[in-house]
Parts: sequence; C-alpha cells; structure tokens
Amino acid sequence: MKHAIRPTGIAIAADDRRSFLRRSGLVLSGSAIALLAGRESLARDEAEGAAKTSDIDILNTALGAELEAIAAYQVGAESGLLQKPVLSLAVTFQGHHRQHADLLAKTVAKLGGKPVEPRSKYDFPVARLKNQADVLRFAAGLEQGAVSAYLGAVPVFGNRDLAKAAASILGDEAMHWAILRNALGEVPVPSAFVS
Amino acid sequence: MTARRPATVLAGILLAAAAGSVPAATGAIATEGDAGRGKEIYARCGACHSLDYDRVGPHHCGLFGRRAGSVEGFEYSKAMKNSKLVWNSETLDRFIADPLKTVPGTRMGYAGIPDARERADLLAYLRASNDGPECSQMSAPRR
Ligand code: HEC
Repeated sequence: MKHAIRPTGIAIAADDRRSFLRRSGLVLSGSAIALLAGRESLARDEAEGAAKTSDIDILNTALGAELEAIAAYQVGAESGLLQKPVLSLAVTFQGHHRQHADLLAKTVAKLGGKPVEPRSKYDFPVARLKNQADVLRFAAGLEQGAVSAYLGAVPVFGNRDLAKAAASILGDEAMHWAILRNALGEVPVPSAFVS
Repeated sequence: MTARRPATVLAGILLAAAAGSVPAATGAIATEGDAGRGKEIYARCGACHSLDYDRVGPHHCGLFGRRAGSVEGFEYSKAMKNSKLVWNSETLDRFIADPLKTVPGTRMGYAGIPDARERADLLAYLRASNDGPECSQMSAPRR
C-alpha cells in the first residue's frame, strides 16, 4: 500500500527557494559559487545544440531527484518517528539537498533551460515507515541511489565543469549514506568503490 | 564518446573485480540472471525509480511487455515516447547498457551498466519482482 501525501513543509521550501533565487543573481553558498567560479560564460562555452540540451536534461533530472529528497526528508522530520540526534541529522542533510537543488536550478537557468519545479505532491511508501529505523533505511536508500545517479551522470555530461559539480554533490551524498548506515548499526562504508 | 570508452570499460572491470565477478568481455547477453544480486544492483536506480510508484522516472512494475514511454500520467521525453521500443529482455539489456545511445534524447541521464552479468542479474530481479508483493499490491492497474 502506498499513500499520496502532501508534505506541508514542501510548499514553504519551494517558496523559500524561489524568493531566495529572486533576491539576487548570486545567492548560493560560498562553496557552490566556487564550483562554478569563473564559469560565467558557461552558457557560451557549451557546445551548441544536442550536447547542451542533453546537459540541461541531465541537470533537470538530477534536480527532480533532489527536490524529491527534500520532500522525503520533510516527511521523515514530520513523522514523529525520529528522535533528537537523528532528527537534527535529517534536517542538516535536507539543507544540503536544498543547496544542491539551488545550484542545479541556477545552472539549468544559466544554460538557458527551464528548471523543473517541485511537484505539488509526492508518493512515498509511508505505510512501510513504522519506526525510526524504517525512516533511516528509506533515507539511506535514497542517498545510495543518489550516489549512483551522480556517478552515472559524471561521464555523460558534455561539459567537464558540470561533471565536476556532479562529483562534488556525489561526495556529499556518499557521506550522508555512510552516516545513515552507521546510525542503523550497519557497516558505514560497505566497499572500496561505489557503483 | 569514443574517447571516453576506455575509461568506462576500465571502471566496469574495476567494479566487477571489486564484486569478485569476472567481467563479460564480449558484452554478450548473459541469459541466466541472479535476482538476489539484481536487487542490490537495482539500488543504483533508487534515486529515480521505484517498482510501484512514479518518481523522477516511471514505475517498473509491469515493465516486461510494456511499450516504452507508455505509463499514463508520466511525462516522458519525446525521444522515449517515439522510440517504438517494447520492453523485453533484449531491449532492456540494450537500454540499460547505454541509455543515451539506445534512446538518444532520453531524459534518463545515466551512463548505464556496462557489465552484461550485472544487467542479467538486474533484469532477473525486475522480472521476479513483478510477481512480488510490491507489484501485486499496486493500486493502479499494472501496465
Ligand atoms: C537520474 C535518474 C535516473 C536513474 C538513476 C535511472 N533512471 Fe531510468 N528513467 C529515468 C527517467 C527520467 C526516465 C524517463 C526517460 C524519458 O522519458 O526519456 C527513465 C526511464 C526508464 C525506463 C523506461 C521505462 C518506460 O516506462 O518506458 C527504464 C526501463 C528505466 N528507466 C530503467 C532504469 C534502470 C534499470 C535504472 C538503474 C540501473 C535506471 N533506470 C536509473 C531516470 C532515471
């Protein structure tokens, strides 16, 4: 059984993001700016046509996944199933995903694309989330998937700076994954390679 | 694209070596997959797909025999909708090996799984899970 839920915090998060982006052209964190520093000509640097369209698609697909992760952490945080130290961890990780989403949206726009918006409603398997471990396992699965998704995106970007930015996000999500596994009592780093 | 090939192959070999398996050098379709190993490989798809609900990518229950790009209510790329593919072991194997080459213009911006053994395991899992609890409990009709 699955439920369609309307995570109440999401609309706020989306509005935050928009006003955040509206306030000025450059409102990303220092590290996010550094990722694309000196790349003001990114749009012009890009090869014309197919390669650029493809990069925009890859970024937008990643953005969609980040927005879903933000919503998923919101559901976790509001579930009442997370106890204190774990709860603040979830909120911190959600904040990272927000920063990833901001960077991706901004980059899509810079390339002349239209960033995807958060969905008004997400399906999550909430019926399968009955305790803190279930929520942690669900979050760990999303982070593991995100690591693989960025790993799969790195080689297909036409633009090497975008590949670098994806790799930077990949590293952050791998750390989330390890911490969540650790919180579950699992071996935090299960292998020498991610795949 | 061609320039990136050796790196992709190397990564495949490294990962296969790490998993203790022998990489399929020929890239031939391995027919007998292990659904148990396939479940672990399916975790790589978990940022975008679930078996029983649509996310950034469409659900996978009912995949075998389905026309590519045909899940109602899911917004596919034109490329996927117009690909004229029907999903079966052969087309899925080709798509998962190299999504962007098999369906140029697809929004699934993912390099693919170069190892034929891993693909066979993944497909065995996808096939088996279609009869599993998640897919049989799907509220929407399976396609
Ligand atoms: C980064 C997100 C992402 C990842 C990772 C990903 N996919 Fe996809 N997938 C998509 C999107 C988006 C589509 C729709 C593509 C389109 O419309 O062009 C899709 C479409 C598909 C389809 C076609 C389904 C249909 O209804 O026609 C299959 C099959 C598929 N993916 C399998 C996989 C498998 C197996 C994996 C893991 C090895 C995977 N995908 C990883 C995003 C992803």
